[in-house]
Amino acid sequence: MPDLPAVAIERLSKSFNGIEVLRDVDLTVNRGEVVSILGSSGSGKSTLLRCINWLEQPDRGAIRIGGQRIGVDDNGRRMPARELAALRAKTGMVFQSFNLWPHLTVLHNVTEAPIHVKGVAKKEAVRTARELLDKVGMAHKMEAYPYTLSGGQKQRVAIARALAMSPEVILFDEPTSALDPELVGEVLGVMKDLSAEGYTMVVVTHEMEFARAVSDQVVFLDKGIIIERAAPEQFFTAPETERVRKFLELKQ
Amino acid sequence: MTEWDIIWAARDDFLYGFANTLVIFALSALLAFVLGCVIVYLLEGPKSGPRTLLRWLINIMRTLPFLILAYLLYYGLPTLGVRLDAWTAGVGALIVYHGAYFAELLRGARVVLPGGTVEAARAYGFTTFTMFMRIILPQLLIRTRPLIGNQLVICLKDTAFLTIITVQELTAAANSVQSTYFIPLEAFVVVIALYWLISICLEVTIKQLGRFGKKRGFEHA
Ligand SMILES: Nc1ncnc2c1ncn2[C@@H]1O[C@H](COP(=O)(O)OP(=O)(O)OP(=O)(O)O)[C@@H](O)[C@H]1O
Ligand SMILES: [Mg+2]
Repeated sequence: MPDLPAVAIERLSKSFNGIEVLRDVDLTVNRGEVVSILGSSGSGKSTLLRCINWLEQPDRGAIRIGGQRIGVDDNGRRMPARELAALRAKTGMVFQSFNLWPHLTVLHNVTEAPIHVKGVAKKEAVRTARELLDKVGMAHKMEAYPYTLSGGQKQRVAIARALAMSPEVILFDEPTSALDPELVGEVLGVMKDLSAEGYTMVVVTHEMEFARAVSDQVVFLDKGIIIERAAPEQFFTAPETERVRKFLELKQ
Repeated sequence: MTEWDIIWAARDDFLYGFANTLVIFALSALLAFVLGCVIVYLLEGPKSGPRTLLRWLINIMRTLPFLILAYLLYYGLPTLGVRLDAWTAGVGALIVYHGAYFAELLRGARVVLPGGTVEAARAYGFTTFTMFMRIILPQLLIRTRPLIGNQLVICLKDTAFLTIITVQELTAAANSVQSTYFIPLEAFVVVIALYWLISICLEVTIKQLGRFGKKRGFEHA
């Protein structure tokens, strides 16, 4: 199914306690594409990302991962927990606060889900993990526990953990926001490599240069509505709305 | 013959009681611990009727004096047509009672467990069971290690109550020796020493297990 988009979101709406956080969001992420989601704090970026893998349940709308509807079927029936888990396993997620599993070594953080979710043989999972940790420059810390790592190192391990599941799409929620400025580059560098390798990525970020350099599509959320979407050059040089112009000015 | 000679002569009684106490303790502590883990697993997930009921049951258990529970199982259940021998009733009482405590202790740690690691597991497609076994429970055990040690010592001491429902454990042995020969001081000193011995072994083991947490950055003191 090469034509089916990695992620297809249709008319997604979500409220928290009666306050609408997302309204009628449509978004298509094609395979191999990098989509950046920008917007000010509280505009609903995280919520949108978390709806994609059903960490939040939307009130309305449909989300498809590689063509398969997540969370509910087309008749509105809830997806059985096992199927939901299996579909989630096709997405990877990288969190602002890393969320590595503190009781496991770096290596086991990366092999845990492949072995215990996907049922990959241990040997093979370890081999893949070594390769991926090498790719993110963390092979030398394989036996370390997460608490001994710097933020940048933790995030690179978290990225390797996501890659180990061979996901259809990787969701990044402000992956560099918790990092000291001098550590941001090492993580963005890895993400740039991934985009060059053709990984499908949805990235919530405040790193404008990165978004401009790497994205195929930039989306701007304002109070839960996508008010602008464009190719990065156009978005950053000739934004259509006053709102985005203001936002970009502040980011200068 | 001094009092201590009498004790020495009765050493087989003490040893028998000691062995019985060890078996009762090991079995009930282990099963209570497993029960506690199972309960916390069952509590995993959104609030629901059955979960609220389970919480209530835990609380009822925790607020009951242990001796009353032992009495209830041994003397009360026959009224309902269920007749348990003293040993089974005693061990059963220890399991459910301390199971409730273990559950509450782990639940407390679950409530304050940083949500991010659980969320990551959910996002990576773990089913609730695998997530509990691989991600949640290991962290809870590392975090509650000292409390678990404490609970084990309390469980050990509660085995002494079983003498009252006629279980032939260590305290029962001491009681029989002291009342036969009228040497309460010596008899109970011996028993205290033996309980201490088990407690110290427990403490040392639990302390050793602290290595796991230290290595992983869970413990700082
Ligand atoms: N679980 C929740 N319960 C109630 N309100 C929530 C919840 N999660 C998010 N919100 C609210 O929804 C709105 C959007 O939140 P969201 O986290 O998606 O914003 P964001 O764009 O990611 O912001 P930031 O840049 O600060 O991360 C906010 O007003 C927030 O307070
Ligand atoms: Mg956010």
